[in-house]
Amino acid sequence: MKIGVSATGKDLESLMDSRFGRCNYFILVDPDTEEFEAMDNPGVSAGGGAGIQAAQAVMKQGAEAVITGHCGPNAFDVLAAGGIKIYQASEKSIEEVLELYKKGELKEVTTPGKANRGKGSR
Amino acid sequence: MIISILSGKGGTGKTTAAVNMAVSLAAKNEKVLLLDADVEEPNAGLYLKPVLDESMPVSLPVPEIDEERCDYCGECSEFCQFNALAVAQEIVLTFPELCHGCGGCTLVCPKEAIKEVSREIGVVEKGCAEAVGFWQGRLNIGEPFAVPVTRALKEGLADLKDSVVLIDAPAGVSCPVIEAVRGSDFALLVTEPTPFGRHDLGLALEMVEHLGIPHGVVINRAGDDDSIISELCQEKNVPIMLEIEFSLSLASLGAKGIPFSKVLPNWQEKFYETYLSIKEKCLCAN
Repeated sequence: MKIGVSATGKDLESLMDSRFGRCNYFILVDPDTEEFEAMDNPGVSAGGGAGIQAAQAVMKQGAEAVITGHCGPNAFDVLAAGGIKIYQASEKSIEEVLELYKKGELKEVTTPGKANRGKGSR
Repeated sequence: MIISILSGKGGTGKTTAAVNMAVSLAAKNEKVLLLDADVEEPNAGLYLKPVLDESMPVSLPVPEIDEERCDYCGECSEFCQFNALAVAQEIVLTFPELCHGCGGCTLVCPKEAIKEVSREIGVVEKGCAEAVGFWQGRLNIGEPFAVPVTRALKEGLADLKDSVVLIDAPAGVSCPVIEAVRGSDFALLVTEPTPFGRHDLGLALEMVEHLGIPHGVVINRAGDDDSIISELCQEKNVPIMLEIEFSLSLASLGAKGIPFSKVLPNWQEKFYETYLSIKEKCLCAN
């Protein structure tokens, strides 16, 4: 099983990015083995529809769930259509977030958040 | 002849200049048509109080998926630069509000599973205000693309060779302004003697220079010292076509929604003379 985590960096020590569509990277990780790879988020440079693009990209890489902070309505629709589960976490390191996921302490998101939350600089 | 009226800065008096020019030309028995191309907030009608008897919707073509034909290959969503389509497993999602209506998805679809349907984004309305012909575009609230409405508004202008067409452009120097102004014979740049007026006039000048449109300046709210504008005009060798002084009487007519040249014949003369010198400059330019 592969999980896509929105990330500020390319390894497990880096912080999770609370933005979904506008994060710099996704860490695709198997929570059991902790094997991972990082991918660039193509949505980061999108004029509009960043979340849509990001959602498609992580699905294409085979993610079956995502962990992020906020997921807007468009990205939510795409992930939901693809049957991808969305878990919400706060900005901790990817390692810590994974631990919480494994303990079942992350909340599954079942309703979309606000649009355009991650737009603009941090 | 098409004269567009723009400014760069908002609130300098584009609409004031446009409606007063229109009223003045009509008083001189010129056939005149005013286009309110500020489609995000058309307000020349507040002065002219036109009777609008024609209304035509403006639409963008957006994709509709034939689920029977679609095999979810994803070529459409990969092609779309605006992320208006997404393919998730065996579902295609469309996001019409992101679609620019380019039609590319229908062309790249190998299964011919995409057809275009219309999505209404605004309206073009036509009518007249006494002797002034009046057309305006209106973009629906919340719609992001003004340009298609402006383009639809300008359709049919080529058939009006015997009219003087005045185009009241939006503020700024971005796409909707360029769409409004392009193809004009002359651009009248309305500004005010303030640092903001000067700064944005500079941007507007750059734009019309780039578009190759002959141009001149109107100083609105002119006062004792307009050097902040006249210096720039001198430097750029741009003629000042008209000055409208900062006066209580003009402002109070404006506040009542009355174009001042409607009731002040001397302003009819001034605007008409401005028109004649524009005409002369256009003849020289050709």
